[in-house]
Amino acid sequence: MKLSTKIGLGLGALGVSALLASPSFAQAAGPIFNPTPEQQATMVNKGDVAWMSISAAIVLMMSVPALGLFYGGLVRTKNMLSVLMQVFMCVSIIALIWVCYGYSMAFSQGDTPYVGGLSKAFLAGVSPTTFAATFSNNVYLPEYVYIFFQMTFACITPALIVGAFAERVKFTPLMIFLVLWATIVYFPIAHMVWFWQGPDFLKDSTAANGLIWGWGALDFAGGTVVHINAGIAGLMGCLVIGKRTGYGKEPMPPHSLTMTMIGASLLWVGWFGFNAGSNLEANAFMGVPFINTFVATAAAAVSWALVDQIVHGKPSMLGAASGAVAGLVAITPACGFISPMTSIILGLLVSPLCFFFVSTVKNKLGYDDSLDVFGVHCIGGIFGAIMTGVFADPALGGQGWVDYTVFPAGVGAYDMGAQVITQIKAVAVTLVWSGGVSFVLFFLLDKTIGLRPSVEVEHDGLDIAEHGERAYNY
Amino acid sequence: MKLVVAIIKPFKLDEVREALATLGVQGMTVTEVKGFGRQKGQTEIYRGAEYSTNMVPKIKVEVATTDALAGRVVEAIQQAANTGAIGDGKIFVLEVAQAVRIRTGETDDVAL
Repeated sequence: MKLSTKIGLGLGALGVSALLASPSFAQAAGPIFNPTPEQQATMVNKGDVAWMSISAAIVLMMSVPALGLFYGGLVRTKNMLSVLMQVFMCVSIIALIWVCYGYSMAFSQGDTPYVGGLSKAFLAGVSPTTFAATFSNNVYLPEYVYIFFQMTFACITPALIVGAFAERVKFTPLMIFLVLWATIVYFPIAHMVWFWQGPDFLKDSTAANGLIWGWGALDFAGGTVVHINAGIAGLMGCLVIGKRTGYGKEPMPPHSLTMTMIGASLLWVGWFGFNAGSNLEANAFMGVPFINTFVATAAAAVSWALVDQIVHGKPSMLGAASGAVAGLVAITPACGFISPMTSIILGLLVSPLCFFFVSTVKNKLGYDDSLDVFGVHCIGGIFGAIMTGVFADPALGGQGWVDYTVFPAGVGAYDMGAQVITQIKAVAVTLVWSGGVSFVLFFLLDKTIGLRPSVEVEHDGLDIAEHGERAYNY
Repeated sequence: MKLVVAIIKPFKLDEVREALATLGVQGMTVTEVKGFGRQKGQTEIYRGAEYSTNMVPKIKVEVATTDALAGRVVEAIQQAANTGAIGDGKIFVLEVAQAVRIRTGETDDVAL
């Protein structure tokens, strides 16, 4: 496939196309190719800076408290704090390694298309006078803003994994795993999917792209980088660590679906920062990922409730919350590329698929993915990633893609079949890379320092044994 | 004296209380209990994982009464707590050897 880089239409690109339609004006005030940092400093928009800062803050809210509460409500009282603490510390530790070397590994130029270098380790060279590209020609964000926005993604992704083996993992080995996983899996995958030189430079530097970006895969907000990546890692973890003691024999009902509902709802709110924030600009186009995130989630919550009603005779709150999260996961890669109506179709379809995995497939195969990280995040993510290739087609109301190999960027011709194949390739690389590395890491940690607490500790609960406190003192 | 112990459906408590009040019953003790009889338990389903609970929540009402009133108390509870469905509960009547009102030291029927 020819090297063509694809990304959702930034309004800037549209505006640029409109400018081109009037040649005399384009010549008079055309965008600047390869702008210098001094020129970039004049291309920063206060609205963009405000929007991206708010987005970053509410994406942090998705981890703490939202993911913590969503997961925590699903475990038994004796393990509540262990889950909250795993999420809280994951976010804190990853934030630190992100600024130490994670950002550099993900978003600096490396020697290969697989991973960035260490030239920006410890944020070397970053200052208020350095800038990061957006999706529009001649629009820039302060680099610090881009760093902390991307930091919130790095923080939440490893935290998603812990749900797969909740209630049966030792704290310290888990933290070691999460640091290694972020280093060997997350930062390289983020580089492969998201790293590029920006619309004002790409024409001269196509070789500098991350591998999967270079293929032209569409992943607006992280379907592969976040959800498939974490989902398959979770599956490997629950396979290596094994089932909870008593799984399938004794009841393990959620201890507070109230908290799960609060967590899912806060995830929904925070996800606007995640998805619409991934537009990187507060321009008119930002409304596309925002409205798509809203309606796909609503559709998925409704369709899970309907499946519950049909299969079990009662619509459950847990089902609605699970459906909402499945919808959020599925719309993540697609949100900036498809239309509100196809978003609804995506949402309606993802819940029955995830329902089938968390109820039928999980029980048939007998793995204990405690909180359905694989069934919801990986399966929903794969479905969303592939359907992105279908629904992004302008013939189906999609936004198509922008060809940044020309300057200024312009709309490219859409080939649905080729795009779906590219999407599948991106999914496959993520599954193999994350799945393989995760399995090896879990296996090595399990055989050395051990990942699993004793049966007695598991029986008493991780809160007392690992953290020396109880969530609830009556 | 008799102690009437009734296991009833929780939502019938108010009706039972009102029925007993019209008879002049001045006190009762109520406890939330769990148990099972012929009524099957409930099934809870969490993302396809089914847990059947075989204990059903009920309310236990205890009324101490004079021998003369005991029959009407039983009758009133039986009528007020009745829905006609399995799981309406049971009424047991026990002999009471002695009753004492703690505040005054009064005993037996006067103490009820």
